Amino acid sequence: MDMSQTKTPVQPVDAAPDSAVSTRNISKTYGAVEALRDLSLEFPRGQLTSLLGPSGCGKTTLLKIIAGLLEPTSGTVEVNGKTVTGPGPDRAFVFQDFALLPWATVLRNAAFGLEMRGVARAEREDRAAHYIKEVGLSGFENAYPHELSGGMRQRVGLARALAVDAQVLLMDEPFSAVDEQTRRKFQEDLLNLVRNENKTFIFVTHSIEEAVYVSDQIAILLPRPSRVSEIIRPTGFRGKGVDNIRRDPEYLDIVDEIWASLRSYVE
Amino acid sequence: MTLLGYRLPGMSSLLIWGLLWEIIGQMGLTFFVPPLSEVMATLWEVIQTAAFRKALYETAYAFFAGVFFAITIGIPVGILMGKSRLLDELLLPWVNVFLSAPLTALVPVLMVLFGFGMKAIIITTTLFAIWIIILNARAGVRQINRSLVEMAHSFGASPWRAFTQIYFWAALPEILGGVRIGIIRAVKGVIIGQLLISIVGFGALFELYSANFLMAHFWAVLIVLFALAFTISEFLAYLERRVSYYAAKR
Repeated sequence: MDMSQTKTPVQPVDAAPDSAVSTRNISKTYGAVEALRDLSLEFPRGQLTSLLGPSGCGKTTLLKIIAGLLEPTSGTVEVNGKTVTGPGPDRAFVFQDFALLPWATVLRNAAFGLEMRGVARAEREDRAAHYIKEVGLSGFENAYPHELSGGMRQRVGLARALAVDAQVLLMDEPFSAVDEQTRRKFQEDLLNLVRNENKTFIFVTHSIEEAVYVSDQIAILLPRPSRVSEIIRPTGFRGKGVDNIRRDPEYLDIVDEIWASLRSYVE
Repeated sequence: MTLLGYRLPGMSSLLIWGLLWEIIGQMGLTFFVPPLSEVMATLWEVIQTAAFRKALYETAYAFFAGVFFAITIGIPVGILMGKSRLLDELLLPWVNVFLSAPLTALVPVLMVLFGFGMKAIIITTTLFAIWIIILNARAGVRQINRSLVEMAHSFGASPWRAFTQIYFWAALPEILGGVRIGIIRAVKGVIIGQLLISIVGFGALFELYSANFLMAHFWAVLIVLFALAFTISEFLAYLERRVSYYAAKR
C-alpha cells in the first residue's frame, strides 16, 4: 500500500486510511499541570507520522503513552483495535539517548528485546546479527557501546527495535543526539526503512525540516495544554528520490508554512 | 616516582619506614618496639605453629561467613531500597544510625542475645560490614539511567529480569565500592568480636602475646593481619577498576 503511494505521488493519501494506532481523547495531567488535553489522532498503517511541536508541547509524553510507559489520566490508545494497558510486543521504542547497556556488546544489546521476550540465545543472536547488518554495523557485533560514535549507538538502538519485529516503531527524537551529517544519512535511511519494512512509524521531532523530509503525515502540537493544531500530509515529493526532496517547491512551502504557525510559540 | 633517574617500584616508601623501625628497635629505646628483623624472624616462626594456623582458620571462618551474610543480605536490600520509596523511608534512618554508631558498644548486647560462640562473632562481623554495602547499592540504583529502566519496561522485562539484568549491573561499580569498604570494616569487626566475645582466633593471639609482653610476636601477627586486609582490599579495588571502565560512559 505504501509502495503505491511513494511511486504515484498524485494519489491522495487520506482516502480513508487504515489506522494502526489511534489515540482517543487523551488527557494527561501532572498535579495541576495539564500536559495533554483531549487529544485524538489517527496513525495510518505502514506510514510515518511525525509529532512536531515546540519543546514542552507534550509530544514525548504522547509517545510514551502510546508505548504504554505512561498512563493517560483519561482517554484510550488502540493499537490494531486493541486497547493499550502497558508495553506490548506490537510496539518497539527507539530512545533519544539510545538506552544501551554499557556492559553488553552490540550483539547482546541488539538482541536484548528478544532476550526479554524469552527467545532462545542462538535464535535471538541470529536475528540481532541480521538487523545489525541491516543498519550497517556488521563487523561491530563484539564492540561495546562506549567504543562507538553517537550515530552508531543509535543504529544499535534501531537494530534492537527492528529485531523484535513489532508492527509499530516509536521513535523519540532519535536523531537529536547525533551530528548533522549523520542525521541526514539517518533520515535517508529512515525513508528506505519505511518503504521496505511494512511497519508503522511514529516519530517525535522538534526539527521542522526533519519532519517534512521523512513524514507521510505531520501532526503539529501546540503547547499548554497540548492539542493537535494541524495535520499536514506532504505527498508531492515522496517519489522524487531522497536527493531531490530538499529543493522541491512543495517541501520548501510546507517548511515555511509550519514555521509561520509555530513562530509565535517560540520564546 | 623516580629518584636520581631510576623508576622506583610501587610502595618503595615502605623500605624507609622499615629501616626507621629497624634503627629504633636496635637502639633498644623501648621493649614495645623490637627490631623489624626480629619481628620478621618471629613471624616466620609463628606462621609455622599450630596455634597460628588454628587462629587463622577461626578468624578466616568468622570473617568470610560474616562478609558472606553482609553481601548476600546487603546488596539486595540496598537495591530494593533504591527502587522502593516506601522501603527507603522505612529503613534509611536505621541504616544511617548503624553506619555511624559505635558498634563496639553493641557487642555486649549481641553476646547476651547470641551467646559467647562463633555465632556472635559472625554477627558482629556482618554488622560492621553490612551498612555501607546497603548504602552503596542504594546509591548505585538511584543514579541509574531512567531510560535504561524504561527500555527494559518497554521490551516487556519482568520485575525479576529487570532486577538481575539491569539494576544489578548498572549499580555494580557502586556495589563493588561498598563491598570493598565493607570488607575493610569486617576485618575490624572480626577482631573486635574475637577480643570482646570469646578469646579465639587472632584475637586470642593478640591477647596472649600482649599479656605476656611478647612484642615481637604481637607485631608479627599484626603484620600478617594488615597484609591480609590489604591484599583483599587491593583485589577488590582491581575488580572495581575493571568494571568501572564503563561507569564513566553511562
